[in-house]
Amino acid sequence: MLHFDLRLALREFPFVGSGDVPSGVTVVEGPSGAGKTTLLRLIAGIVRPQTGLITLDGRTLTDTRAKLYVPPHERNVAILFQEYALFPHMNVSANIAYGLRARKIPREERNARVRRELERFDIATLAQARVTELSGGQRQRVALARALVIEPAALLLDEPLAALDVATRQRVRKELAAQLQQVNVPTLFVSHDPSARELFPGPAFHVERGTLTQLL
Amino acid sequence: MLAAAILVAFIVLPLAGLFFHLQPGDIVAAMQTAAAQQALRLSIVTTFCSLAITLLLGTPLAYILDRARFPGRTLVDAVVDLPIVAPPAVAGLALLLAFGRNGTFGPLFGALHVQLSFSTVAVIMAQTFVASPFYVRGARAGFAAVDRTLEAASATLGMAPLRTFAFITVPLAAPALIGGAVLCWARALGEFGATIMFAGNLQGVSQTLPLAVYLNLESGDVPIAIVLSVILILFSLLVVLAVHTIARRSV
Repeated sequence: MLHFDLRLALREFPFVGSGDVPSGVTVVEGPSGAGKTTLLRLIAGIVRPQTGLITLDGRTLTDTRAKLYVPPHERNVAILFQEYALFPHMNVSANIAYGLRARKIPREERNARVRRELERFDIATLAQARVTELSGGQRQRVALARALVIEPAALLLDEPLAALDVATRQRVRKELAAQLQQVNVPTLFVSHDPSARELFPGPAFHVERGTLTQLL
Repeated sequence: MLAAAILVAFIVLPLAGLFFHLQPGDIVAAMQTAAAQQALRLSIVTTFCSLAITLLLGTPLAYILDRARFPGRTLVDAVVDLPIVAPPAVAGLALLLAFGRNGTFGPLFGALHVQLSFSTVAVIMAQTFVASPFYVRGARAGFAAVDRTLEAASATLGMAPLRTFAFITVPLAAPALIGGAVLCWARALGEFGATIMFAGNLQGVSQTLPLAVYLNLESGDVPIAIVLSVILILFSLLVVLAVHTIARRSV
């Protein structure tokens, strides 16, 4: 369970929101610029709230009252960025292995786990490919593999379909839905597209001008 | 068209002319003199020392100037650029007044029995003073161009800040870092004004290649001055080619 209660002044309005995210996918919908990405960045620890509390499975990640703030690299919260943020100077394997390298996991185990992800996402033939040569759909799979290989305690997806062209989007969204079904951690799926809720009919949030409301 | 051709010719012809004055016998003769050998060795040693110091201190400075927000940042930024436009002779005088025997910090080093001015260390100091801004500027622009989302991605994948810097920031800024370092080294190699003011012109101690060119011209050993000049020009040519290659590849 992920719990948050946050406030942060943005340029035009404050972001204000609190909620509980159970295991499985929770959609965060709302127009662009409403503060959806801000919520993800706050939970990942990339930005700090002015006031607020974040707990994940009973562990406090942010508590401004207790002056507690766990930096992003110690949170074990993975983000799938909108443009995927693959490291352009590393090949597909090195991108997926990155989080395991951060955890100083021995090479053999690292290679085995990377191989498992490559097969699970059906990208084994691309292991040595440069990420700059990949198609949008392939990039997304690499990014998801990179995020999941570290077994994160929470997964945050920022408009994971926005960077894809319309033709690929239809195929990838079903694929992604199937993959996320197997992820058993609190997962926030940010989308400005209302149809995301058809894909994930579970709990949802709506964000409008920085104000977050729970929909279910 | 004509105006452009005139300027190009004005730059190319005198430099090319150096090569016409070069006699094959002169090269051998010049390089057999102790002064030329020492100047070459001294130039290589001191420029690599000043480059190493610049990389060590300039990299964190460039990163802080790009990322940190602190009062007086604009001022620090401007001060760091100052040696690029300040006359090197002024830099030399300033160094002398600060670190010379009778300078502000002179008594401090005197108490430690260290005399900085008119030593090889002074050469390195003068080069670092004059050349380091070229690296800091380049590195700063390089860090500014790194996509911050990639650094955030690295952090969320569990990489600590210093390792993110080493694995993400530096490799992605590498073309700018290398370009800045090459320019810095070239500027240090050509350093003349600040060196002669602060370090003097002592053979084997502070007489680098540009100073040796000057001294040999003054004393009438023109062939040696030409040979050393050609060496300097060849280095400069390599640097320009290197910087252009890096710039093209990073586009």
